[in-house]
Amino acid sequence: MVTLTIDKKTVTVPEGTTILDAARQADIIIPTLCYLRDVNEVASCRICAVEVEGVDKLATACNTLAEDGMVVHTNTQRVRVTRKTNVELILSQHVDHCVTCVRSGNCTLQTLSKDMNIQNVPFSQNAARRPWDPALPILRDSTKCIKCLRCVSVCDRVQSLGVWEVTGSGAHTAIRIRGGLRMDEVNCSLCGQCVTHCPVGALRERDDTEQVFAALADPKKTVVFQVAPAVRAAWADSLGLPTELATEKRMVAAIRALGADYVFDTSFSADLTIMEESSEFIQRLTNPGQYPMPMFTSCCPGWVRFLKLEYPEMVPHLSSAKSPQQMFGAVTKSYFAQKIGVDPKDICCVSIMPCTAKKYESGVPQVNDASDRDVDIVLTTRELVRMLRAFQVNVRTLPEEDFDTTMGAHTGAGLIFGAAGGVMEAALRTAHYFITGHNTDPDAFRDVRGSDGWRDASFDIDGTTVRLAVVSGLGNARELIHAIKSGRVRYDFVEVMSCPGGCAGGGGQPIRDGQELAGVRGSLLYDLDAANPLRFSHENPEIQNLYQEYLEKPLSPKAHHLLHSDKGEWTL
Amino acid sequence: MSRLSITPWENAQRTVDDLYADMERRISSAPCGNCPVELTSAFLKLCLAQSCGKCVPCRIGLDRLSDLLDRLLDGQGSEEDMETILRSAQAIVDSADCAIGFEAAQMVLDGYVAFHDDYVAHISHGGCTANFKSVPCVELCPAHVDVPGYISLVGEERYDDAIRLIRKDNPFPSVCGLICEHPCETHCRRSIVDAPLNIRGVKRFAVDHAGHVPAPPCAPATGKHIAIVGGGPSGLTAAYFLSLMGHKCTVFEKNEKLGGMLRYGIPSYRLPASYLERDIDCILSTGVEVKLNCTIGKDVTLEELRRDHDSVYLAIGAALHKTLGIPGEDAKGVLSAIELLDTTTRKAKPNFTGQRVVIVGGGNVAMDATRTAVRLGATSVKCVYRRRIPDMTALPEEVEGAMAEGCEILPLKAPVRVETSTSGRVTGLIVQPQVIGEVKGGRPAPRDADQPEEFIPCDVILMAVGQRVDAEPFTREGVPANRGTIVAGPDGSVPGLEGVFSGGDCVSGPATVILAIEAGKVAAASIDEYLGFHTDISANLEIPPAPFRLKQATGRIDLTEREASWRKNDFELMENCMSDQEMAQECSRCLRCDHYGHAGFKGGRKTTW
Repeated sequence: MVTLTIDKKTVTVPEGTTILDAARQADIIIPTLCYLRDVNEVASCRICAVEVEGVDKLATACNTLAEDGMVVHTNTQRVRVTRKTNVELILSQHVDHCVTCVRSGNCTLQTLSKDMNIQNVPFSQNAARRPWDPALPILRDSTKCIKCLRCVSVCDRVQSLGVWEVTGSGAHTAIRIRGGLRMDEVNCSLCGQCVTHCPVGALRERDDTEQVFAALADPKKTVVFQVAPAVRAAWADSLGLPTELATEKRMVAAIRALGADYVFDTSFSADLTIMEESSEFIQRLTNPGQYPMPMFTSCCPGWVRFLKLEYPEMVPHLSSAKSPQQMFGAVTKSYFAQKIGVDPKDICCVSIMPCTAKKYESGVPQVNDASDRDVDIVLTTRELVRMLRAFQVNVRTLPEEDFDTTMGAHTGAGLIFGAAGGVMEAALRTAHYFITGHNTDPDAFRDVRGSDGWRDASFDIDGTTVRLAVVSGLGNARELIHAIKSGRVRYDFVEVMSCPGGCAGGGGQPIRDGQELAGVRGSLLYDLDAANPLRFSHENPEIQNLYQEYLEKPLSPKAHHLLHSDKGEWTL
Repeated sequence: MSRLSITPWENAQRTVDDLYADMERRISSAPCGNCPVELTSAFLKLCLAQSCGKCVPCRIGLDRLSDLLDRLLDGQGSEEDMETILRSAQAIVDSADCAIGFEAAQMVLDGYVAFHDDYVAHISHGGCTANFKSVPCVELCPAHVDVPGYISLVGEERYDDAIRLIRKDNPFPSVCGLICEHPCETHCRRSIVDAPLNIRGVKRFAVDHAGHVPAPPCAPATGKHIAIVGGGPSGLTAAYFLSLMGHKCTVFEKNEKLGGMLRYGIPSYRLPASYLERDIDCILSTGVEVKLNCTIGKDVTLEELRRDHDSVYLAIGAALHKTLGIPGEDAKGVLSAIELLDTTTRKAKPNFTGQRVVIVGGGNVAMDATRTAVRLGATSVKCVYRRRIPDMTALPEEVEGAMAEGCEILPLKAPVRVETSTSGRVTGLIVQPQVIGEVKGGRPAPRDADQPEEFIPCDVILMAVGQRVDAEPFTREGVPANRGTIVAGPDGSVPGLEGVFSGGDCVSGPATVILAIEAGKVAAASIDEYLGFHTDISANLEIPPAPFRLKQATGRIDLTEREASWRKNDFELMENCMSDQEMAQECSRCLRCDHYGHAGFKGGRKTTW
């Protein structure tokens, strides 16, 4: 342990603690900008500068270790002026059109500028504009980039993809796609982790809200919304709603207030995915040698892209089941259209997703089997919030409402799709039923939950030991693939999610700078699962209806046509 | 008032001169991998600041050139801009009135050719092709030894760990502690503050203060067997790393002992055998098998080696001497320098008492021969060199050391012929005085001065005019060679000969020990991959965290040598080690580029290769 003094407070911390963490322990705030714990501790912005007695230069609190007897001052004139100057310098290389910026009000640079009481920047402004294709799911505005290097670090260290790089030197240092290539020439998974870790508005999702507004305003269109499980755990994040008001049912009411004709739940089609995927898993498990093992989950399009781009030889391991989003779209434009007697062409299927890669997935020709476009528009959670704001929906006073019926019933199993390990747990619950003919304790497989990036488990189902792994974050996925290929590990079934912590921490979720909220949001979903009277996908009454009335049974020819796709053929 | 007065050296000018000196040091320690277009633009601005402003090409031209470069750097450049840069730079070279202008534009032209790809990349890919290298010393060490890592370990008196860390990349810490040419120091960032760190000096300290440090355990045996031809630094480096990777290695050495030029070419006052033995013992402790007195082509053929082994590494060095081809070179009393050095270490030392010795050459071997001749009792020792003293390729401290020991350097003398007595013995060397002339290929070239030949009377002439490779026994068996050296790719593979690799002096021509070590390390990695493995080499050491209190400008500790008048009488190690006090100060000067600056983002420490 080392004991130091920060702003006259005595703090004792373990050896190896940074001044920043030591100060936080003493409730002393030191501002940061580029800092991301364990990911980007590069001290490039120099905002966390503090004064240490006996040292000429200021020290950066984020990466300077506390020492015994150190005397630190975080609030001297020199510190304040230095921080202010550095923020001004950053602003001189940042086009600060805050009023039209998607991150206005949720921008660390804006907050710092305000905190430093900066009212004018004495330096000339100069930020180079680099071209970018506006059709991509992820957009970059180079004039807003502050070169904090977070995107580079997240993509390198967490996702192991290295899409972003630093080029040039001196004042012309810039961030670009590796090798100056185009987005379609590199191996980007489109996971959006660079977006959620950007402290400013340099990286964002393509905004598709206007298309949804147009559909809502079109009297000929029946607008059908589906909302992904993880969205309900984060939708009210920036709306100022207290947790007890930010309920799933209030979210339904809010979306309906936008003018939606139907508000359905992607958890419903998650249950459908489970029916198909666990049937497929049993088929693979019980016919050894006929299929490549382990089977990989395939509901995360970032992961599918990753595998196709980095390990194409492993693609046959992916389950052929479509993702819940696409299953929902396929059923909407066939079964549901028929049921309500509307031409599928007149249905606009909108999905709200915690994800940026889903914008890509909906456009893949090989997943559009019921129509030209089974899911017409994909919005991120952040875009949903922007729609609510644009319509001035007063969410606080809205009474709670239920999802529409037919495709709105969901089980706890479908809900936990939004958290890492959830797909696996839901699949096991139903696989167990399919194999044994009876339900097990719904929490029997809870060992697959947890925030670690790679979790192993094995369970005995009817005398067969099933070996499982749950992985989130593409860096972990890469390690897993190497371990499988080298024979170091053997599994039957593997769940992979691109984003650390799964969809709850997805690249389309509301951003809270410096906080990793996948765990908190995920546990909210597990609470909802525990509270749900239905815990097994096969017990979802609307799923049972769907099979009875339309699809016959899992893996039936009709189900195959609508609910499965060959990932090998996907267009990238 | 007088019409003349003494010009006071103004304070401002004095400061400007100091700033120039600071900039010189900064430029000399330039980081590696900066965008070269960015640097050109910056240099142009400096040149422009030096312009008096009289002439159009310099005053306006350099400024517009700089604008064009900036446009390129902003990603707004075009092919047309490239043409304008070329045309206007040429016009400035052709029409600027003085060197301030035309040399500045010439610099742009030179760069336009040298890093043309980078210019183009700024237009086509919105950025440059350069990659910033975080840690200059690690980057510039051919073996990429973790310099800041071991400096900090030595600073904490963890000498054994320092040796372990060095051995991760270089199994010759003792040898390199004494005789490495330390390219690591050339761009040391500390130069920006005061002077480069004495990296080799700190390594020497670690070597002298470490205990017995065993080699790390080898990876499980792979069953693969590799033949290594040549027991010099390159061959032994490959053997060490391949053994650690689990492969069985046999070194075939034609001499009776291992070490190559380290043993037979470097005098013991620079590298005592005990230091060499220490490194070799550690290398052999990994299970390397050795066949001494074994000559390829005589005792065993390359074909047999290839048949009996999974891979072969040829590291035969460049042990043959070159000749000048002047009349009388075959006279009695004319020796090659490496023959002398070899004889001195191998057998009874020759006795030069009462003899006048002339050495021909300006490299490190020439200096070794010069100083050896002094120690062998020569009455006078003169070193004849075609160019000027600063042009000598020997390390400056070697030249100074030789002079301190009483040798004379005779620069600007080109040997013409050896004069002999009737009995065929050397009586002297005829030299033609030279004048230094135009710069050719980056070096000023000498040419004959309009002065008569001179006679330097002497009894012994030592030729140190270069070495060559004895490649014939190998070329006979199909090994490709070009201008006397073996041909090998950047990974060491010999084209056309499956499983055969080569490196070190026999590929590069005579070079430094650290380059030979690099070649051995590269060959080890290549052979491991060739055999279908990817065995990591690492040291698994916790490196002390970088201190954030950095030492203020402080002089560099240079190593001292034993007094010249004493050391010139014996072959004992002449260089002194740092004291504890000096070591502590020198280690504290390290700026820890593995932590600060770019390394904090990328490339700080490579723990595995």
